[in-house]
Amino acid sequence: MPMSIRTYADLTGRDQSGLGEQVAEQHARVRHRLAGVRRVVGVVSGKGGVGKSYVTAHLATALARAGQAVGVLDADFNGPTVARLLSTDPSERLRIQGDAVVPVVGRDGVRCMSMTYLLEDGRPLTFRGPEHDSFVWRGAAEAAALREFLADVAWGALDVLLIDLPPGIQRCLELCDLLEQPPEGVTVTIPTPESGEAVRRALRAAADRGVRLLGIVENMVGPEFPGDAAETLSQEFAIPVLARLPFHPIPDLWNSLATRVRSAS
Amino acid sequence: MKFLCIDCDEQMQFAERRQPGDGTFAAAFRCPRCGRSVALLANPMETQLVDSLGVRIGGRTLDPQPLEVTRGAMRGREDAFADTEHGKRETGSGLAWSAEAQERLARVPGFVRGMVKRIYADYAAERGITDITPDVMDRARTELGLEGM
Repeated sequence: MPMSIRTYADLTGRDQSGLGEQVAEQHARVRHRLAGVRRVVGVVSGKGGVGKSYVTAHLATALARAGQAVGVLDADFNGPTVARLLSTDPSERLRIQGDAVVPVVGRDGVRCMSMTYLLEDGRPLTFRGPEHDSFVWRGAAEAAALREFLADVAWGALDVLLIDLPPGIQRCLELCDLLEQPPEGVTVTIPTPESGEAVRRALRAAADRGVRLLGIVENMVGPEFPGDAAETLSQEFAIPVLARLPFHPIPDLWNSLATRVRSAS
Repeated sequence: MKFLCIDCDEQMQFAERRQPGDGTFAAAFRCPRCGRSVALLANPMETQLVDSLGVRIGGRTLDPQPLEVTRGAMRGREDAFADTEHGKRETGSGLAWSAEAQERLARVPGFVRGMVKRIYADYAAERGITDITPDVMDRARTELGLEGM
């Protein structure tokens, strides 16, 4: 004879674990921490090595020099580079003030949080836990790190928080899940059709999740990487090419990019 | 997550949580009608997965610390945080650490030491405890699952 088992919803007593409530509280903590941040802009690309961190750092400092309060969250936990690009010391010791970590202040007053400050020099990101099963829980651990970098860092009042995202789309989707509204997005590509193809997939995924695409930055423009990926993507997604950067861009190009990102708000 | 005593058709109540120090986790639930108890036992992979979500089966008793999951899960730089110092009397808090408690705290990896110290302090403050001893640390460790700390 089958057992009579009432369902979760049938049991009207309080769920003492309240895992759903604990997750909701995590989201609330993110919302509270980012209440003073006017805009969150993800720098995304489906392709690695196109210069996302380079663009993020220079865009951040150009915005700061234009009078904006700027933060950078380095969400590339396995290959963090933004901290050095912002001229901060990777061996900087993080301070805890109240219930939050104080971000490190870099060039032009840009506030930065990066896994760089937590890792031993030259060592990869590794977690303590059953290594042979790490494929089960590692993704959750990295998602938690993103959540905590948003919620547990004293970002304060910012005009813009740039999120330097790793190659691919997964962390961008996690970011969309954590924020109250999807972030805005700036995408970076190099001119080659191979890069364009990878970026196209990422842009489609981001757009499908409600990310407002501000435009495209085409990096490494020159004879070394022939192609017109930015123009092709611009037409397909009806978004502007915000900047075309040669290997050695002049400062005016960064100032122009900053102006266009600001005016897109 | 809820537990049902099928024989009594009664929702079971959360009783206690334990992390015995071998990477596993146990949560006990008891039927308020017949008194029967069951324990949910999770293996290290399952325990790590739940810990990675930043949630606690049975509910949270203390507010989360900054970067709690990240600091607790990753292998980090020993001096990454400026709160690594240990053994001090907390200014203005009335908390005192015994010499043995200070020694034990000193053995906690530097990457998490400051966070662990605050967790013990919050645990003590919530219970009106003013002197932190190894016994207090053991109780906190069991109740809060501070494995290896």
